Amino acid sequence: MTFDAQYFDIGRLDRLSYRDTFVHHLDPRVKVIATMLFLFTVISFPKYEVVALVPFFLFPVLLMTLGEIPVRFILRKVLLVSPFAILIGVFNPFLDTGTVAIIAGIPISAGSLSFLSILLKFTLTISAALLLIATTSFPGVCHALRRLGLPSLFVSQLLFLYRYIFVLMEEAMRITRARDMRSFGTRGAGIKVFVRLIGTLFVRTVDRAERIYYAMLSRGFQGDIPSLRRARIAVTDLAYLTAMVMFLAVFRFYRVTEGIGCLAQGLLR
Amino acid sequence: MSHHIIEFKDVFFRYPDGTEALRGINFRITHGESVGIVGANGSGKSTLLQHMNGCLLPTSGTVTIGDLPLTRKTRQEIRRKVGIIFQNPDDQLFMPTVFDDVAFGPLNLGMDEACVRERVHRALGMVHGLDLRDKPPHHLSGGQKSSVAIASVIAMEPDILALDEPAANLDPKSRRSLIAFLKTFTHSKMIASHDLDLILDVCERCIVIGDGSVVADGPSAKILSNRTLLEENNLELPLSLQRC
Amino acid sequence: MHMADALLSPAVGMTLWAGTAAVGGYASKKLKERIDDRTIPLMGVLGAFIFASQMINFTIPGTGSSGHLGGGMILAIILGPHAAFLVMASVLTVQALFFADGGLLALGCNIWNLGFYPCYLVYPLLYKPLIGESQNPGRIVAVSLVSAVAVLQLGAFSVVLETLLSGKSELPFGAFLLLMQPIHLAIGIIEGFVTAAIINHVRSARPEILDGIAASRPLGAGISLKKVMITFVVLAVVTGGVLSWFASTHPNGLEWSIEKVTGKGELPEQEHGTAPVLKGIQEKTAFLPDYGFKPAGNEPKKEKMAPAWPGIEAGTSAAGIIGAAIVLGLILLIGVGIRSFRGRDA
Ligand SMILES: Nc1ncnc2c1ncn2[C@@H]1O[C@H](COP(=O)(O)OP(=O)(O)O)[C@@H](O)[C@H]1O
Ligand SMILES: [Mg+2]
Repeated sequence: MTFDAQYFDIGRLDRLSYRDTFVHHLDPRVKVIATMLFLFTVISFPKYEVVALVPFFLFPVLLMTLGEIPVRFILRKVLLVSPFAILIGVFNPFLDTGTVAIIAGIPISAGSLSFLSILLKFTLTISAALLLIATTSFPGVCHALRRLGLPSLFVSQLLFLYRYIFVLMEEAMRITRARDMRSFGTRGAGIKVFVRLIGTLFVRTVDRAERIYYAMLSRGFQGDIPSLRRARIAVTDLAYLTAMVMFLAVFRFYRVTEGIGCLAQGLLR
Repeated sequence: MSHHIIEFKDVFFRYPDGTEALRGINFRITHGESVGIVGANGSGKSTLLQHMNGCLLPTSGTVTIGDLPLTRKTRQEIRRKVGIIFQNPDDQLFMPTVFDDVAFGPLNLGMDEACVRERVHRALGMVHGLDLRDKPPHHLSGGQKSSVAIASVIAMEPDILALDEPAANLDPKSRRSLIAFLKTFTHSKMIASHDLDLILDVCERCIVIGDGSVVADGPSAKILSNRTLLEENNLELPLSLQRC
Repeated sequence: MHMADALLSPAVGMTLWAGTAAVGGYASKKLKERIDDRTIPLMGVLGAFIFASQMINFTIPGTGSSGHLGGGMILAIILGPHAAFLVMASVLTVQALFFADGGLLALGCNIWNLGFYPCYLVYPLLYKPLIGESQNPGRIVAVSLVSAVAVLQLGAFSVVLETLLSGKSELPFGAFLLLMQPIHLAIGIIEGFVTAAIINHVRSARPEILDGIAASRPLGAGISLKKVMITFVVLAVVTGGVLSWFASTHPNGLEWSIEKVTGKGELPEQEHGTAPVLKGIQEKTAFLPDYGFKPAGNEPKKEKMAPAWPGIEAGTSAAGIIGAAIVLGLILLIGVGIRSFRGRDA
């Protein structure tokens, strides 16, 4: 991805997170916990499991529709994500060749099943993570983390990081544009120019940190970053969490998909 | 209680790298006065403003705010009295949402929740920014950012407001609403700016800084119509005076 | 290289999360003891700097491919280990959320791999002792190179271990290692070079910056080697303990891959759950007592392959595929339904 594309992508995801829907209004803590439980459940399936993973797509689909998140945007981001899992998983079909099923005359190897399983888990986990941020603003996530017991020092600077990502990306974008305008082809995109560029960005960043520090001092900063966040867990939050836990439990421990398949087979018969 | 609310006496300041940014600044400002600080780039305006609340401490000389001399010990106290609005609102708005940012100062003053909310509400109301309260600063336009930056400072209800290049990145409309706001703020204020029209409009008094010292000090109308003085300091007559 | 959720088993994911949380708590505690106020905004903004700079690519000489700055080592050099670890953790958290790089469960692994090694192993044990008080640019290049290579090798090795222990990949240890280590040798060399070049650039352009930060950082003089080693050993023991406990209680983590190798592996029994419940219902209603049997058509083939994979009978897997299709259809229907319902509302 080019710099600009990445920049606009983050900006878009960030803007989505400030929407005004039922999902966005849920307590961030509840959403963080629900997402973690979801991820944990998904990856707890054994390596050859494919069928039982399918119902879990309900979660991202519901979040996307109720949270009014554009499906295509999330899909594109899932596809663009660093493909490490796929790179590693793609070897499975070649290494684990025992045939486990024959569908329409094509033999299916154990390895392709486990690869398919990795692919499903990959899609589910990545979209869950993206949807967490798309339906919960980043500051919301941070405050949830603070409430869930993470050190406030860590959370404070995570918030600073978020705040200045956009400012610095813009600055970096200006610098790279200037570089790209004056470099033809690959000349100028080399390591020497890169170092000078990053060096400049670094110096500006430190100067900026100094100015921010002064601005903080001017407003009475004495080492603590205060916060006023009303966060009461509402009934809807609890209901959401309960529904989530039940959903996860049912589809983790009961083979619902196959049951439905059997019923259907029976009906067809 | 002295009559003067701000007094700079022989203030010198040298940056760690050796730059002599201020070389003997002297002036006094009384209650309710509004003063423009003008001067070329690098003449020392920003450095001067940062002395107003002890972000920088003079290398020699004294700064007095109200009846408190500025020292390492008194600067916490002084920061309650002087609100500085820095040049770049991105540096000023460091909290993740507008509300958090405006509440930062009042919370540091140790107020309770109801008071803080009340202050935030009032401050945002003054700059017409109430509907921005839940937005993150990076979703704001330049004009909105500078309004919120002002709100974040006036939420602390300072006696003195100091602004560094407040109109630098504003479009004409935002600039006009800034001027309107500044006229309603009746406490003492100091405005460092290249925008001489704004100074002429808002400040009755004007101080010209050149090379770290005071070059001229007097009524804005008189100073800002002095073409030679302004041109010596890389400045130009305000547009409103150029026509005649 | 970021570890990914999809390759992870719960046991490995949780263990590394535990280790990362422990180190993060330790770093926060240490930092809090002697923090200079100005460090908090500096850390945040430097994190944003790393993040932004990772988006700027450069061409790697002689290859035409592009690289970017990883950041762990340069942060450790500038901020010292505790602050650097927290900043690195933040950068990775933001990446996990906004780019879904790796994912949230793998975040523990990634912070460990990319934060713990540079900050708590390589910086105190390699970089510090080798660099001493020297500010010689050549020496900075050499030491940074060695350090960055060490960091990336450790990181890559951990990814290999984490993946294998999770047992979702079939790659044999040796091949995986051969795949990962050489790539990361190259990445490490570049990282080291870029790190040193930036440090040298800043040192020549604005020398006071680095000294200023060094003066205000909590443990300027470096941290006690003994403490680091003790912490590390304790963490390793705890990690190992938790890991083996998980492995012994979970059939699908470590043990599964071992069983696989010895050929005694068995797919987790699937005789609990709805299938039997539904079976009961069906038997009662006498609707379809024999649902578990092969559908008509390709019976003979299925008969033959069934033993190759003992856990799943042919009939069940056909039911599985049909069920999956139905469930997927239902989910899509729900999605589209809500969408159009909302659309009509608006
Ligand atoms: N952080 C700093 N370190 C060293 N020199 C500085 C720093 N900030 C400003 N200066 C120098 O101090 C002088 C006055 O700067 P400044 O007060 O910013 O001027 P103005 O705001 O009028 O443009 C300039 O020469 C400038 O280069
Ligand atoms: Mg200035």
